[in-house]
Order: sequence, then structure tokens, then C-alpha cells
Amino acid sequence: MENLERLLREHDFLKDLAQPQAASLVSCVKNLRFESGAFLMREGDEASTFYLLRRGRVVLEVDVPGKGPLVMESLGPGDIVGLSWLFPPHRVHIDARAVDPVVALAFDGGCLRGKMEEDHDLGFALTRRLLAETYKRLQRVRLQRLDVYANP
Amino acid sequence: MTARTDPWSPTPTRILRVRRETRDTFTVELEGQNRAFEPGQFNMLYLFGIGEVPVSISGDPGNPDVLVHTIRAVGTTTLAMKRQAKRGSALGVRGPFGSAWPVRAAEGDDLLIMAGGLGLAPLRPVMYHALRHRQRFGRVTLLYGARSPEDLLFRSEHGRWARKDCVVEVTVDRAGPNWVGRVGVVPALVDVTPLDPARTTAMLCGPEVMMRFSVRTLEARGLAHERIFVSMERSMKCAVGFCGHCQFGPTFVCKDGPVLRLDRIARLFGKREI
Repeated sequence: MENLERLLREHDFLKDLAQPQAASLVSCVKNLRFESGAFLMREGDEASTFYLLRRGRVVLEVDVPGKGPLVMESLGPGDIVGLSWLFPPHRVHIDARAVDPVVALAFDGGCLRGKMEEDHDLGFALTRRLLAETYKRLQRVRLQRLDVYANP
Repeated sequence: MTARTDPWSPTPTRILRVRRETRDTFTVELEGQNRAFEPGQFNMLYLFGIGEVPVSISGDPGNPDVLVHTIRAVGTTTLAMKRQAKRGSALGVRGPFGSAWPVRAAEGDDLLIMAGGLGLAPLRPVMYHALRHRQRFGRVTLLYGARSPEDLLFRSEHGRWARKDCVVEVTVDRAGPNWVGRVGVVPALVDVTPLDPARTTAMLCGPEVMMRFSVRTLEARGLAHERIFVSMERSMKCAVGFCGHCQFGPTFVCKDGPVLRLDRIARLFGKREI
């Protein structure tokens, strides 16, 4: 347990989270390993898990009919995977596939939502972090959409 | 920096080799004629009877026997160049022109080189210089992005650079499932790069939007504008600061640039209608 708490507080997403708050999250989290090629989540599945990547790389991809999977973004240590666990209808919208052996802290989404409801200070601290990550990702998607390397 | 000869007269220069880089980009190696240049400078290349274009020098500044230019075929002149440039034929060369990357001033610093698309071409001389004088620099990091894996330039050299104590992080905007590298934009690579703002010199070249986004991520990491250098692209015609085609506020990109320190142009960088 103490070890999990340390791993949580070492992750970029939870850095500077107060010790009691980090300790309260331990009961929701497991340290998981995925082989290369394994899916952390698949489009259409119930969104029940929130991952903090510790090692290895994960790609977010969408299957495009007639084209196969198109990789939208790759993520690595320090990144988060999965946002749909936070909002109804709790359905995954994108595939997340390990391209290396991956180690991740996996939160039970329902458990985490419960903690955030019980302790609004914790809820605010996590929501602010999630929003910051979402905003960073939005900025990246905006730049990607501009297709800046296309022919002028 | 001034041209070696009459800046108005192109010198006919023999093509030694033409190499295809990607579907729309090719590299021309010309007889160097001992024409020294600084990393970041450009030449005006004239395809006789068709037109003249500014092209950054993408070769090794330590080898003045060969003048290397990497060109994207997108306009009338460069498309014709792609069709007509053959070993043994000639191009007119004026130059070298423009300012250079501050490779000497940056000695002792970490180098953070950020390139997008064809922007790697004017930064490749910096890589050659830094790796030839590796002991003069701290950490050397190249962050490079392109549209797709097929659009990556100088792929065979990335591994070679990485083996010479240089961190090379490559990303593409989009990819199929067979690509095992990173997918995402260049500024995102800054987040995964160790960076000491007190001893890092950043050199950026790529589409202006990519540079703007990159500058924001560097600012967020505490890098001062005095430590960020960008290579600007504007329509250059005369290359010696007379015609005004490349005017960027009070700056002539051909003469005062293309390499400019960010604090000197920050007021205009990203401003509309400039």
C-alpha cells in the first residue's frame, strides 16, 4: 500500500497532491503490466479504468473502415489514458494499444468517482489536473488539425 | 554575412548528384568550389531560363567541397528543378546569404534543435557541426516532426546521430498501425525532454505555426526569448536587402535573418499581416 502511494505521488499527473489525498486513492488503484500489442481499452467498451502510464508507450487509434487503424497520438510515461470513465455514458471512444511493454497505474473509475464525490477538495484537485491534461491535448489536436506540413 | 562574389551574378555550378528524399523533396549536391558557409545560411539557386529560389544549405559546413541543398518541389521553379536537375547539369548559385545559427555562442550550452518538416534541412548543418565538435556542447537534443513517416527527411541519419551521444526524438502527425514511433506534434516532445533553461539554446525551424506553438511550450519550461532562435521564411528575391520582398517589420529576412533571436522579433512573431 505504501509502495502504491509512493508510485502515485511520483507520477506527473499526481505530483504535489497532498499526502492524505494520495493515501485515500490507494484503495482504487492497481499496478498493471501489458504486453506489447495488448489493448488497455477498446472503443465501445465500458469505460471503467483510468490509467497513469509509468513505462512504455501506448497509441490511441481509431479504426477507419477501408483504411484500418489510424494512429491519432502516442503517449508515454507521465501521460494519462482514458477520460470517459468520468462522464456518463462511461463508454470508451478510442482504442488504446500498447506498442511496448507497458506498466501503468490503473484506477477503478467507479471507485475514483466515488472518492471525488466524497471529498470535494480531492475532486477539485483531480478535476483541475484532468482539465489541464485535456487542454494540453486539445492544443496538440489543434496543431495536428492545421496540417502545417501540407503543401502551401 | 556577405556573398563571396558579386551578389547579383549567379555562378554556374555543376551538379554532382541528385537524390530523392521523399515524394516531393529532393537533395541536390553541387560542386562546392570551396564556398564556405555557416549553418543556417542560404543560397539563391537559379534554374536557367525558369527562375531563382532561395534554398537553405543542408550540408556539412566542414566540407566546403560539396554544396548541399534540400528542396521541396512546390512551385514552378522547384518543380522544374526536380524534373531537370541531373548529374552533370548546372544551376546558378548566388550566396551564401543571411545570418547563421549561433553555434559558437552556444558552446558550453545544451542544444535543443526543433525542426518540423523541411525545417530539418537548415538545421542539419547544426547537427553536423555539433557532432563534429561534440565536446563543446552539453546535451544535444533533436526534436523532429513531419506529416507522416514517409515524409521524414534524412531518416538514415537519425540513428547515426543518436549513436553519437545525441538524443533524437521523432514524431509524425499521423501514421498507420505499422509505425512504431511517436505520433503527435513537435511541441509535445518538449514535455518529455529534460531542459535546463539556464543553459539551453533552442534553435527552431519549420512552419511558422509549428514554431509559435513550440515557443509557447519552451516559454512554459522557463526558456528566455534570448535563448530561442528561429529561422523565418519570407519571399526572398534579391537576397541582399534591397528589394523589400522579405520585409518583416523593420527586418529584412534575407539580410538580417533568416536566423533571428526571438526577443528581437517577439513583438511581431505571430502577428497578423506581417
